[in-house]
Amino acid sequence: MTAILLVLAGIAGCKESVDPNEPVGFIQVKGSDTIVNAAQEVAEEFMKDYPHVFVAVTGGGSGVGIASLINKTCDVATASREMKPKETEVALKHGVTPKEFTVAYDGVALIVNKDNPIDKLTIEDLHKIFTGKATNWNEFGGKDLGIVTISREVSSGTHIYFKEQVVRLNKKESTEEFSNETLLLSSSQAIVEEVAGNESAIGYLGMGYTSERTKSLAVSNGKDYYLPDVNNVMKKKYPLSRGLYFYTDGEPNGIKKLFIDFAMGPKGQERFKATGFVPVGDTIVEKN
Amino acid sequence: MSKRINEFVIEGCIKLSGLVVILFVASIFLFLLKDALSLFGVHSIRDFLFGKSWLPISEPAKFGVVPLLLGSLYVTIGAIVICVPLGVCSAMFIAEVAPTHLKHVLKSLVEILAAIPSVVLGFIGIVWLGPFLRSTLGLSTGMCGLTGSLLLAFMALPTVISISEDALVGVPKAFKEAAYGLGATRWQALWRIVLPAASSGIIAAVMLGIGRVIGETMVVMMVTGNSPVMPKSLLQPLRTLTATIAGEMGETVAGSEHYFALFAVGLILFIITFIINFIADICLRRARK
Repeated sequence: MTAILLVLAGIAGCKESVDPNEPVGFIQVKGSDTIVNAAQEVAEEFMKDYPHVFVAVTGGGSGVGIASLINKTCDVATASREMKPKETEVALKHGVTPKEFTVAYDGVALIVNKDNPIDKLTIEDLHKIFTGKATNWNEFGGKDLGIVTISREVSSGTHIYFKEQVVRLNKKESTEEFSNETLLLSSSQAIVEEVAGNESAIGYLGMGYTSERTKSLAVSNGKDYYLPDVNNVMKKKYPLSRGLYFYTDGEPNGIKKLFIDFAMGPKGQERFKATGFVPVGDTIVEKN
Repeated sequence: MSKRINEFVIEGCIKLSGLVVILFVASIFLFLLKDALSLFGVHSIRDFLFGKSWLPISEPAKFGVVPLLLGSLYVTIGAIVICVPLGVCSAMFIAEVAPTHLKHVLKSLVEILAAIPSVVLGFIGIVWLGPFLRSTLGLSTGMCGLTGSLLLAFMALPTVISISEDALVGVPKAFKEAAYGLGATRWQALWRIVLPAASSGIIAAVMLGIGRVIGETMVVMMVTGNSPVMPKSLLQPLRTLTATIAGEMGETVAGSEHYFALFAVGLILFIITFIINFIADICLRRARK
């Protein structure tokens, strides 16, 4: 009983200290593991400016974020891929109107072990590797060593982006799949760990997760080879460049609008830049 | 009089708790069944049970459970083959051979073993055991069934050891004394008299160990590579039923085909553990007779 009284007193005390014009509330941000660190930093900056709004950021994968937006268990879904038409359809059926915001750009980096002599590959090569048509590094001028392909789980937006762009070569009618042998790991960190220790391995992940313990490959879409770095992604030269998105249910209002505006604004964009992504600038890119 | 009322109330409460447990199990089963059966309205039951590919996010999605089922079976069999001999022998040592002070140390160590969180074991598997197996066995990757089996065996050891040990200690002293009286050596008494007398408890230990292993999720998700292939050996990556549910549940929309498919996978897991417990029960009864 005393405890309840204390809690009530605490709530009452809190209410008194807040300026009635000050925004108060709770925002649940959920989704892409690629953006989770950046989103966490944006949320922390945001909470410094608006101390009475609490922003909780969790990962799980873009699919998790979109599913929870549809299941109405989060306020802002983060995704490293666009929503699929089928998902939009399901969302509308559940009474959710997804609104998309491009918050940053990212390159999907291909990483191999440091002892692997290969430095560059074309999209076509990557396609052969990840569909299991090429199984030895010597086909690309490397050592006589089997190739171990590593991917993220199916809930990852990067998985789906990579599947569309590389496994299916951006062809709508293609039904090709990742080779059955592909390892499906549950985090980018696990991919780095495996690639850093295994000379046969090749994996992909968001540019912000590349580490000094692995080597990033230069990738070409036919002509020149480009490394996945901020500059090449900004100029759209790196072939595996993609947008990173926030989704809300309908036009955001109240604290949700504050948060989205903050993420798109200079302070939020600064955090995206600091975590290894390419900011979209001050202009808000909207699409619906 | 009041004593009788007391007794009546207490008896009622105990009866109620017993019934509540039955109710829980029944409702979990019905809940799984309801959502799992919804899958078969949109997806053929034969494709689910006998399909050899698991491609949940493709169009059209394929939900063939065979690779996952085999993955789970391979990892479980591997773990049991490693863990049972080791566990039963340690139990024999602790119960019959070890001097008293060592016995206490060993027992508390086994308890500590049980307290290691599975995610920590998974981490050890990623950074140490996997790479170690890859370099010693010359594998293409250390993320394979064997890594999972070894770690799971490690996790099931405490269960197997402590229950087998209880069973061995529970064998009446008279059995052993009679054996000694007939001139049996210590080893003969332990191997031919005590062990068979404790067999029912040891079988229960093994069955509970299997239950522990087949339901474990975190470790297998972290170290087995999760490739939905038809596994041919423990030395290649594979995907288990549990890792599939854990890895994919978050991204499914409630009421979608994928969501129901994961419930169907859960139902299969439930049926397997049910059968294992059922077999354990039959063995226990037979041993008692």
